[in-house]
Amino acid sequence: MSTATPKPRAKWAAVGHSVPKLDAYTKVTGAAVYVDDIPAAGMLHGRTVRSTIARGRICSVTLDPAFDWSAVTVVDWRDIPGENVVALIESDQPLLAHDDVRHQDEAIVLLAHEDPEYLLEAMKHVRIEYEPLEPVLTIEDSLARKDVLYGSDNVFKTIHIERGNTAAGLASADVVVEATYRFGHQEHLYIENNGMIAVRTRDGGLHVRGSLQCPHYVHKALCRAFALPGDKVRVAQTVTGGGFGGKEEYPSMIAGHAALLAWKSGRPVRLMYDRLEDIAATTKRHPGVIHIRAGVQRDGTLVALESDIVLDGGAYATLSAVVLSRGAIHAGGPYRWPHARIHARVVATNTPPNGAFRGFGAPQTQFALECHIDRLAAELGMDPVDLRRRNALIIGDITPTGQTLHESVSAHEVLERTLEASRFHARRKEFTKANAKAEAAERAGRSSPGGRRLRRGIGCALVYHGAGFTGSGEVRLASKAAMELTEDGWPRILAGTTEIGQGTITVFAQVAAEALGLAPARVQVAEPDTARVPDSGPTVASRTLMIVGALVGECARDMRAALEGLTGKPVANEAAFRRAAKRWLQERGPLRVEAKYRKPEFIQWNEDTYQGDAYGVFSYAALVTEVEVDLDTAETRVLDVTTAQDIGKAIHPVLAAGQIEGGVLQGLGWALLEEVRWKDGRVWNAQLTNYIIPTSADAPPIHTILVENPTSLGPFGAKGVGEMPMDVPAPAVVAAIAHATGVRMTEIPVTPERLRSALRADGNTRTGR
Amino acid sequence: MSGPVTLKLRVNGRAMTLSAPPMKRLLDVLREEAHLTGAKEGCGEGECGACSVLLDGIPVNSCLVPFGQCEGARITTVEGLASGRRLSALQQAFVEMGGSQCGICTPGMLIAATALLDRKPGRVPSEDEVRTALAGNLCRCTGYQRIVDAVRAAAKPRPSGSKPGRGR
Repeated sequence: MSTATPKPRAKWAAVGHSVPKLDAYTKVTGAAVYVDDIPAAGMLHGRTVRSTIARGRICSVTLDPAFDWSAVTVVDWRDIPGENVVALIESDQPLLAHDDVRHQDEAIVLLAHEDPEYLLEAMKHVRIEYEPLEPVLTIEDSLARKDVLYGSDNVFKTIHIERGNTAAGLASADVVVEATYRFGHQEHLYIENNGMIAVRTRDGGLHVRGSLQCPHYVHKALCRAFALPGDKVRVAQTVTGGGFGGKEEYPSMIAGHAALLAWKSGRPVRLMYDRLEDIAATTKRHPGVIHIRAGVQRDGTLVALESDIVLDGGAYATLSAVVLSRGAIHAGGPYRWPHARIHARVVATNTPPNGAFRGFGAPQTQFALECHIDRLAAELGMDPVDLRRRNALIIGDITPTGQTLHESVSAHEVLERTLEASRFHARRKEFTKANAKAEAAERAGRSSPGGRRLRRGIGCALVYHGAGFTGSGEVRLASKAAMELTEDGWPRILAGTTEIGQGTITVFAQVAAEALGLAPARVQVAEPDTARVPDSGPTVASRTLMIVGALVGECARDMRAALEGLTGKPVANEAAFRRAAKRWLQERGPLRVEAKYRKPEFIQWNEDTYQGDAYGVFSYAALVTEVEVDLDTAETRVLDVTTAQDIGKAIHPVLAAGQIEGGVLQGLGWALLEEVRWKDGRVWNAQLTNYIIPTSADAPPIHTILVENPTSLGPFGAKGVGEMPMDVPAPAVVAAIAHATGVRMTEIPVTPERLRSALRADGNTRTGR
Repeated sequence: MSGPVTLKLRVNGRAMTLSAPPMKRLLDVLREEAHLTGAKEGCGEGECGACSVLLDGIPVNSCLVPFGQCEGARITTVEGLASGRRLSALQQAFVEMGGSQCGICTPGMLIAATALLDRKPGRVPSEDEVRTALAGNLCRCTGYQRIVDAVRAAAKPRPSGSKPGRGR
């Protein structure tokens, strides 16, 4: 719809302009080559045979002797040359299950054959016998230690954040409100399913290509599983059809499987998941339960927050500890809490492991917190917006981890701009009046046109989101980026950061072009291939532009300085760049510059106490949504969304708004539609027919306001944008439903079934219909 | 699956003779036999629309169409929308307005939108009309806003007189 964009400053030629996305041409013509589009000549197809129970021992794996296996490559755990592990934070997840099975759809046997049809038949002839064990399938059973799956208490990780004296704070508060919030799994549902192609190279190494976010993660995992030195393993990204975190860690598993089949068969192998398999077996957003007690003074001053967070990690540790960390750090939302105690745990269950998903814990904790802010306002009889205004962070405020905010704090600005653009208060009055009128008419027996009992509501939410790895995470990553001159004398960016649709290559080219006096389209960006590009850290955590983009900018400035040093003349336009580049190549040979992350001085973090600067800077977002609820069908339709988001600097306003709109719709899906249904630990709606994501007809018009409050940390002031849009829609929807119906939901997704029970309990639905 | 049949089709304006088993999915025949990999498989059950092609001018999910039904059919895939290097107005609008992010839904989305614009040339469809016409094509990146905007922009008459779609 409309995007309010600040005018680009004239002094910037490339940055701030919405140039055509550099990969758009190949994508609109069908020329872009995704992993499944690579010609199949000479390749085998791979398939994965998976567990059909949630927990148990594997007694035997038998290949049906009546079936012809002569041309089928069969791999099990014994074929793994190195360690049977998917290397990540912990080494608890096997590449192929060996003696025990810990979740449904866990990989046990791999098959490869030339004919995919034959392969499907072969899968039916692998017999796996189990000794089943009683699975632990819920957070409650895990906490109650129905059985111990991990450590001594099923807790993968505990994080405790303490500020002030929460008990005393709660005791001194005028009003204390307590509530429990729940949220389910969410499937990433990138439209391109996972896929990998693996080749055993002639020199005894591996070359793997595929759909992924983090080539260096896959590289590390393959080295461990195959006991190969780094230089024998090469991992490259193919054009990737969406990730959203779903292709952060799981591709290491698929790459390992494809590589095992290639290793054993000696043939290239393509392992493509179909949709069923992708939904059933791969990671999801962590579901969980959050219990909040919060105290507030009568005048609306927040006093103390006590938040008890439990996430379900699933069967293996994956990235759960880090998801929990980000969730816990964001659990106070963008507000001043003099006292806060945040206690967070992630527990083991016998469900497929959960993992990275856009927002990484922050959508979950801020959903609960924002719902609770509305509850506090209702309890006080206060306008929920006024409660936010009174407590929203400003420069100099301190977060629950003791971080003092020094710059680029925009909680108030995004809130006010969203309220103004959405006409929040006027619309709220209109809806309140119209709802009362409709109710009066219905009581009087006058039904509305079509007999539908419709109510409208409007809701608001406010969030923040830290960009980059938490605390000392960026120091540990020690990311690098480089730039070289091509043989033809053009600049080429070398980074391990991937384009997954969000616009990485375009914004990188813009940042570099600005320093080099070139048009962005003149800057090349190398394919992320571990044999050619440095490790820039993973493409996650809203860090790509702010952290790696800054390194790219540094490389471009260094290249420019080198060229200017050679010619003694300024490099300010294409002609000057070309002259200098060609001269360099002639006189000095290749030119390559590299930049490495350096921690800004002021960032101090204590991993043990969980105190300090959790993030260099935060981005801020507010969102207002209007909904319509049918009281009889309990369906909720989102009519409109307005959101202002401060991302420091929009290097490319169209792409930035695209990130916001896409994230907002994923958030709306999580709030209303998307529910993973389970039976005995297995996903039973592993199809697009019954796992419902929003269509264009479900999606509301989204009005985006880009707010630019620059940070000193990112290139041209840019802060992270990728994840925050996911944090903010769900609580706004819950607030809007509460306005429409008077029912304050505590669990998402707010499906018609769930809302209808709540409406009935509230006496808001006619019975006997 | 029964033995192959040989059928004559027009694909992107070119006569083609293709052989494949009659129950093989049109999607696979296009990708494997005609080497047109623009149409994608997202779900294999007609929900996501990534495999959309025009069959005699009508958008279909090619994962649900058996090849055996395609004798004499006129098929347009995303590869057939541009004239040489020159993009259709719709493709151009997607490029300029951010209608494509990861790009995996883009081929199907362009096909569905081309069919919409070809139905009533010269008229700008309402936002609701576009949303309804594209409701069979899932996108997980954009939130649809920029796709809807691009389709409507492409429908606006252009001074050069270039046509929005090229569905034929």
